[in-house]
Amino acid sequence: MTVLAERPPAVGRPEEPEHEHGPTGLLKWITSTDHKVIGMSYMITSLVFFCLAGIMAVIMRTQLTSPDNTIVSQHAFNELFTMHGSLMLYLFAGPFAFGGLANYIVPLQVGAPDMAFPRLNALSYWLYLMGGVTMVSGFLTVGGAADFGWVAYAPLSNAINSPGSGSDMWIVALLLTGFSAIFTGVNIVATVFYLRAPGMTMFRVPIFTWNMVVTGILILIAFPVLTAALILLWCDRHIGSHIYSVAGGGVPVLWQNLFWFFGHPEVYILALPYFGMVTEVLPVFSRKPVFGYRGMIFATISIGALSTAVWAHHMFTTGVVLLPFFSLMSYLIAVPTGIKFFNWIGTMWRGSISFTTPMLFAIGFLVVFLFGGVTGIFLASPPVDFATHDTYFVVAHFHEVLFGSAVFGGFAGLYYWYPKMTGRMVRESLGKASFWFMFVGFWVTFMPQYLLGLHGMPRRIAEYPSTYGWTGLNRISTVGAYLLFISVAIILVNFYVSWRRPVPATANPWDAHTLEWAASSPPVHHNFTWLPPVRSERPVWDFNHPDHLSVDHHQEHGRRELVGAGVAAGGAPPSGEDWPDGSDS
Amino acid sequence: MLLLGGALVLGGCQAPTFGAFRGSTAQGKDEFKLWVGMVITGLVVAVIVWGLIFWTIVRYRRRHSDQIPRQFHSNPILEVIYTMIPVLIVGVIFYFTVVTENEIDAVSTHPTEIVHVLAYRWGWQFTYDSGNGKSQGVTIRTAAEPTLLAQPATSDHYPQLVLPSNSTVRIVLDSADVVHGFYVPAFNFSRYAQPGVTNVFDFTTTSNGVFNGQCTQYCGLYHSEMLFSVRVESPSSFSNWMSAQQASQAQAGATS
Repeated sequence: MTVLAERPPAVGRPEEPEHEHGPTGLLKWITSTDHKVIGMSYMITSLVFFCLAGIMAVIMRTQLTSPDNTIVSQHAFNELFTMHGSLMLYLFAGPFAFGGLANYIVPLQVGAPDMAFPRLNALSYWLYLMGGVTMVSGFLTVGGAADFGWVAYAPLSNAINSPGSGSDMWIVALLLTGFSAIFTGVNIVATVFYLRAPGMTMFRVPIFTWNMVVTGILILIAFPVLTAALILLWCDRHIGSHIYSVAGGGVPVLWQNLFWFFGHPEVYILALPYFGMVTEVLPVFSRKPVFGYRGMIFATISIGALSTAVWAHHMFTTGVVLLPFFSLMSYLIAVPTGIKFFNWIGTMWRGSISFTTPMLFAIGFLVVFLFGGVTGIFLASPPVDFATHDTYFVVAHFHEVLFGSAVFGGFAGLYYWYPKMTGRMVRESLGKASFWFMFVGFWVTFMPQYLLGLHGMPRRIAEYPSTYGWTGLNRISTVGAYLLFISVAIILVNFYVSWRRPVPATANPWDAHTLEWAASSPPVHHNFTWLPPVRSERPVWDFNHPDHLSVDHHQEHGRRELVGAGVAAGGAPPSGEDWPDGSDS
Repeated sequence: MLLLGGALVLGGCQAPTFGAFRGSTAQGKDEFKLWVGMVITGLVVAVIVWGLIFWTIVRYRRRHSDQIPRQFHSNPILEVIYTMIPVLIVGVIFYFTVVTENEIDAVSTHPTEIVHVLAYRWGWQFTYDSGNGKSQGVTIRTAAEPTLLAQPATSDHYPQLVLPSNSTVRIVLDSADVVHGFYVPAFNFSRYAQPGVTNVFDFTTTSNGVFNGQCTQYCGLYHSEMLFSVRVESPSSFSNWMSAQQASQAQAGATS
């Protein structure tokens, strides 16, 4: 194997790269512009918010075990579901993926020393942290935290119906985290477009990074709209404008349009990164390349494009949207999502599948997300939506897709990259236990909620009549929530054990495919001391297994093919490049 | 599979409910047929894909630690086929969706009764206005101030919307303050009551009965308490009830 694409050796020995003489300890975490440190900060912070929001969910589920429980007051319940939704969506699912894992992994996957704008990256994190603290601090104000739901529909969110600084803090928090997301989106897109290693064409970029590019673009489309809508809401609340109030000639439903124009791309901003994580995990533990790599990329781009034209499926029951258009656009998202599913199955097909913890979570994602996706098809139909809108059916649906992607996909990714990020392995036994608690708890929690919704139980209610027959199903759902709580506790114990009794991880413990596994675990400052030649979307595999390169399915003799070599777009053939060793069958 | 789904869309009355209401209005029954067709199609797709996943992970589990499978990465013909299958399924579902939603959203030019529904924090007001003066002015309103009750919708705390059976009733829906959701689960129907938007739709009642209703769109502190019920009774009982209401409300108006 010649080392054509190898970079000139770095200055100094690999163990002692240049520039590594910054501060250590707490000062490092506060001052660093290293994408790895910022990524870790993001992940730790977002997991704290995840645990907070999870505890809120457990309190709410406990409240609902009996029809007229008074564990929390009506008002406190309203605060809890508002903050549960806000924390999970704005402060966990998104930031964990594009602030945390993507921040850490994307520069490594494209072979870059850092993000394109390291200082902007640090600013993103601090804006996010301040936004998160601001939002949660709402609980400390006199009127309590925001209690108008995570969607803050006007005119419920105006100064008359929701007075108090908790609501204002919610708005300011979203402005801060919104800017944080926009800056991270800019950073990721710029990093992938401009800092790729030699040989890393766009069609050799790993799927996770591809999904982060599309996510970054969606952030740039969606978040400015939310920011603008929030500023208008602030003006309505404080300087007497009437954008969203009928009294002054405004249009309340404008808020819903603006919010969901952000909110639906946001759903894919939350989902696509996790699709990407699963697409990294499945091939590695099947010992095969991603099946239909290009189809996967086009499917991701289609989902991103369609997601900007489906927002009004959240507004079917407003009576003021064009039902057939938004229904059709929503249905069409099933097509690229279906492609992804078949590609995921094709990746495992005829593979050699090992059931490690990340793989279990990835397969768990496939199983649960499928059901959430199917019920999503039902809800894309306006008549079915009329029958189930704002009931627990919808609650169950979006928890299946969001929990399915952000939690199953997220923990697949976290378990997968944990050795890379910490240099330590986690315990497989605890990892598998956490998976099974989560998998069982998931179905026990959310399947009863589908039935509750079909039986007419609205969402966001703190009490319900005892004669409706909803009590039993609510109790089952609560048991499931406790199982999920135990599962997350096991995961935290697992991380604690790996911290106190470390089992060192090698640079590439999973025999993985992509460039981050060519760096040490954890990677040194500025990431790489050497790079393997990048000749396909899985350079590390090619380097380690020169006799097992990707083959075209139809080639009888197993001719080696360079996936996407030198091809800009379309189906043009590889540009006649050979492998460095020059051999071709 | 598609034919099966389609057949059940057309003949869905005998099918299992999959947890949903069969629908106590003509519109609700239309929705129910679509629901059954979609659930069956969805379950068939889900079972096939789940089956593929489980078969794959069992059949291709790793048997030797040094096993390296053939490194194929695509199959364009197969990929085109499994792109087209969802397109076809979606096309069929979309057709039935549009047909059904047109039936549900159709508004009669000659409704038997017109009811103005006003949603407010936290209650409902039903004002009858048939246009022929017979039932004009009768108003039913939430009696009590909201508290933590956990009472069924049929309790006296909540207002009851009374409708004649086998008639087409027009609902004119408005909100006095924030966004509410007018939801009757047994009718398989909900619609937002919004400030600045007046929504108009028809219920074509079929069977007699008392049905629960509730606000579904979160509207502030006592959202959980915003219940109402709907009583559908024979047209003769309905006119008796209406006359009694008119008499009592006229008397109340005269004395006050």
